[in-house]
Amino acid sequence: MSELKEELKAKLIEQLNLEDFEVSDIEDNDPLFADEGLALDSIDALEIIVLLEKEYGIKLDDPKKGKDIMQSVQTLADFIEKNRK
Amino acid sequence: MDVMLPYTLKNMSKVIKELIIEQGLVQLNGETFFKGDTNETVTFLKSLYKHIGLKYGKFFKMDSLCKLGFLATEILLDGVEDIKTETDEVALVFANASSSLNTDVNYQNSIAEIPSPAVFVYTLPNIVIGEISIRHKFYGEHMFFIQEKYNKEELLKYTDSLFAETQTKFAVVGWLEMGMNNEYSAQLMLCSK
Repeated sequence: MSELKEELKAKLIEQLNLEDFEVSDIEDNDPLFADEGLALDSIDALEIIVLLEKEYGIKLDDPKKGKDIMQSVQTLADFIEKNRK
Repeated sequence: MDVMLPYTLKNMSKVIKELIIEQGLVQLNGETFFKGDTNETVTFLKSLYKHIGLKYGKFFKMDSLCKLGFLATEILLDGVEDIKTETDEVALVFANASSSLNTDVNYQNSIAEIPSPAVFVYTLPNIVIGEISIRHKFYGEHMFFIQEKYNKEELLKYTDSLFAETQTKFAVVGWLEMGMNNEYSAQLMLCSK
C-alpha cells in the first residue's frame, strides 16, 4: 500500500503538471482540492478519472462517489486497492 | 525597434510599452530583457517564468500559447501602477495565424487512447485571454482575431474604437503565435487612451 501511495503521488505530479511539488511534499492525508493541500480544480478531477482508467483499469461508474474517493492520496489508494484489475 | 516610446498614434492609442518574444529572446522597449539558454519552446518559457520570479502553479497546466501570452502580459504590466486588478478598464486584443492548432493536434493525438480533459480545455485560442483575465481579475473588452499575418494597424484601429466607445483605458494588444511545431512569436504593446 505504501508503494502504491508513493506511485500515486508521482503520477499525480506528472499527470496534473504539479511542478511546484515533489513526492515528499505530499502527505497521505493532504486534501487534494483544498488550498491547504494540492489545490486541484475540476479539470484535475477529470484527469484523475482518466488516470484511474488508464493506469489501473478502473472505471468510475458513479460520479457521485468521486468526492469521497478523491479526498486524499490515502482515499484514492484505498479505492484502487479494492477495485484494481 | 527604432521608435521612441511613448508614442501616440494618429487616432487615440498611446503605446506605452512594446515587447517581443522570439527565438529565445525577450526584448522590452527595444532592449534585451531576457535571453534563454535555449530556443526550445517548453524549456525557454519555463526559464522565463523562473526569471520573472512568478509563483503561479496554474502556469504549468497551461498550453504553450497560453504560457507565451501569459508571460508576455506579465512583463508588460509589471510596474504599471495605473492598472489595477478587478477592473473593466483593461482590454485584451490579440491575433495570430495558427489559432490553437498546436494544442488541437495534441488533443487529436490523445483521442487515440483516453482523451485528456486538461488538453481539451486549451483547444481555443482565446483561452489565453481567460488565463490573463483570471490572473489579474480583468473584466473588460477582449477579442482574439485569426489573421494570416500580423496586421498591427488593424488591431490598433480596433483598440482605438474600444477607447472611443467603451470604458477601456488600457489595452494589451498584438500578435501571439504558436505554430504547429511550437515555433513562437509574441509582439505585444501596452496601450493607453
